[in-house]
Amino acid sequence: MQATFLLIVLLALSAVGYYLGHHRSLAVSGGRISHLHSLPTYYGFYTVLWCGIPALVLFALWMALQGTLITHLVISGLPADIQALPSTELHLFLNNIQNMVSGNIVSGDITETMNNAAAHYKSLHSISGLLLTVLMLVLAIGGILWARKNIVPERRARNIVEKTVTVMLVLCSTVAIFTTLGIILSVLFESIRFFQQVPITDFIFGVNWSPQTAMREDQVGSSGAFGAIPLFVGTMLISMIAMTVAVPIGLMAAIYLSEYASSTVRAIAKPLLEILAGIPTVVYGFFAALTVAPFIRDLGDSVGLQVASESALAAGLVMGIMIIPFVSSLSDDVINAVPQSLRDGAYGLGATRSETIRQVIIPAALPGIVGGVLLAVSRAIGETMIVVMAAGLASNLTMNPLEAVTTVTVQIVTLLTGDQEFDSAKTLAAFALGLMLFTVTLVLNIIALSFVRKYREQYE
Amino acid sequence: MDNVATAEHTDFEENTIAHTSDMGHSTATVSRDVRKTVGDIEAENPRMICRGVNVHYGDKHAIKDVSVDLGKNEVLAMIGPSGCGKSTFLRCLNRMNDTIDDCHVTGSISIDEQDIYDKSMDVVPLRAQVGMVFQKPNPFPKSIYDNIAYGPRIHGLVEDKEELDHLVEGSLRKAGLWAEVSDRLAQPGTGLSGGQQQRLCIARTIAVSPEVILMDEPCSALDPIATAKVEELIDELRENYTIAIVTHSMQQAARVSQRTAYFHLGDLIEVGSTEQIFNMPRHQLTEDYITGRFG
Repeated sequence: MQATFLLIVLLALSAVGYYLGHHRSLAVSGGRISHLHSLPTYYGFYTVLWCGIPALVLFALWMALQGTLITHLVISGLPADIQALPSTELHLFLNNIQNMVSGNIVSGDITETMNNAAAHYKSLHSISGLLLTVLMLVLAIGGILWARKNIVPERRARNIVEKTVTVMLVLCSTVAIFTTLGIILSVLFESIRFFQQVPITDFIFGVNWSPQTAMREDQVGSSGAFGAIPLFVGTMLISMIAMTVAVPIGLMAAIYLSEYASSTVRAIAKPLLEILAGIPTVVYGFFAALTVAPFIRDLGDSVGLQVASESALAAGLVMGIMIIPFVSSLSDDVINAVPQSLRDGAYGLGATRSETIRQVIIPAALPGIVGGVLLAVSRAIGETMIVVMAAGLASNLTMNPLEAVTTVTVQIVTLLTGDQEFDSAKTLAAFALGLMLFTVTLVLNIIALSFVRKYREQYE
Repeated sequence: MDNVATAEHTDFEENTIAHTSDMGHSTATVSRDVRKTVGDIEAENPRMICRGVNVHYGDKHAIKDVSVDLGKNEVLAMIGPSGCGKSTFLRCLNRMNDTIDDCHVTGSISIDEQDIYDKSMDVVPLRAQVGMVFQKPNPFPKSIYDNIAYGPRIHGLVEDKEELDHLVEGSLRKAGLWAEVSDRLAQPGTGLSGGQQQRLCIARTIAVSPEVILMDEPCSALDPIATAKVEELIDELRENYTIAIVTHSMQQAARVSQRTAYFHLGDLIEVGSTEQIFNMPRHQLTEDYITGRFG
């Protein structure tokens, strides 16, 4: 609350700063813009930067350090016997104090020490808030004054403002990169913990998946097996079925829409096709589990085939339907990007429409199409909701699409949902699976890129 | 050829200047009616005959009642300001306008006494018979060899590899490109220079042995040296083919064509021998255009 208020005040001060800077630049130039190095707007923003950035940096640092600092001060103010407690109990004690301050339920009895500590905590907190407000206001107003004093006609305000904007843009793109890096590292470290308990060779080459860890020595079913092969085979099987559905249908739909359909048909059909992409995957999931899977089972029964209720075929088919719009809209874009002059060239030689498409347009668009398909494969491999609902949990090592299989994503979900202890091999296995999945998709993307580049060289 | 072209060129400039100077006295002989084509629309030995051709793009009347013949072994140049419909008319001659959704063609265009807009007409053999070269060189993203072999393959013109090799070599020779590319037939056609690409496209068109070749500003994307080569090639091709060429360059029309047609806002204003059009235009608009008063 206080933070929001402070930021609003800072914003208002910045607006004032902009006005002052703008005004000042006109004043020092005698109202003649041509005497200034930059336009008055830039002097306005120059003042805003001086007003906002130091105050914001202070605010960020304060927010990051305040908690630790106050906790430290509270602990040092506690009686020695409590300070001597083991760290877990001390932590519990501090937690209680914080609960007391914010008016939550406190576990155990409230003692005098706790009351004192709470009061101490409260007062420290309000001092900190007051100090922050004062410092920020001083910095912001000081910044404005400093900038105002610095505004002379020779000041290169435009260069300074644009440089700062560039730095901000760089920082924003770095956030995305560092987030990715952070995710990789967290998954990697958890995986390393897993591989300390289960040998990496057992994980990669094992053909049995039964993720259990014993809680007692004599527990029934205490033997765990962490062989990931059945999961990857299941994932590949379902992805393959999905791609067999999505690639031909998507590609042909794209060819129809971009080459044959009249503009009115295209205007109606393309958005309709793209609605498929807007259906939430959880809806596809129960469509697969409740409609398609029983239908396939009954169909199999009627011709004397044994089909599992949760077959790979059902999940794959529905996943394929989900991916159709990705393939079709990406292919449609690259087919439309093939220059009209190539079509004219082929038609001018007497090629029919289908000859033109097969021999000229598709080869020219192939790199883009392959890229789109590989993107769709990554999506199929990482898809979770449909397979959670329709593919089942049985880790059968099979290539028979009529049997139930399980996938990497399904197992990650089942390993991590519900109350879990986060130091057993069972839950850590999820991170190892995630790492494997990430590696596979990365390799796939690298292959896609190199493939696209190879063809691009050939065609340009 | 170059010398002849230069000679013709100078000749034409002198004459137009002379003609302009005495124009004030001879206005009575100059037509001003845009509805009626001036000059002889018939060729001595016609290969294609167009009568009363109208083209509509939706509501736009792009070509208005155009009648003209394309003579055998003759280059017909079509000139006129931008948007006058000369390219549209050219594209009617092998039904390339079919690919445009709201384009509607009426009137008769016939080759060998067969109306090409007749329902029984198949556009595939028609386009093999009436080939086309485009403004921008548009080689397929395939090898030089495959670019030439594409037409013969889709029309089933050859029986075996040897015959195809022979045809590819012959077409490249006719287009004057053989010496430059014979050692790199397997390389992509898109890697050639602009002028070479355009001659490759001409070779590709020749490979299906058409009778008529349509060229839509074939030199507008080329430098002067490449242009000279293509013009020379057009002159040589005239021996075996009927050619219609759309061009923005009046000098080019004067250099390569035997007959010239002047289009203005969808009307065919004047047709005649190139010499007569450039020296003694009979229509006011033609006169204005070739003397550079507009366009």
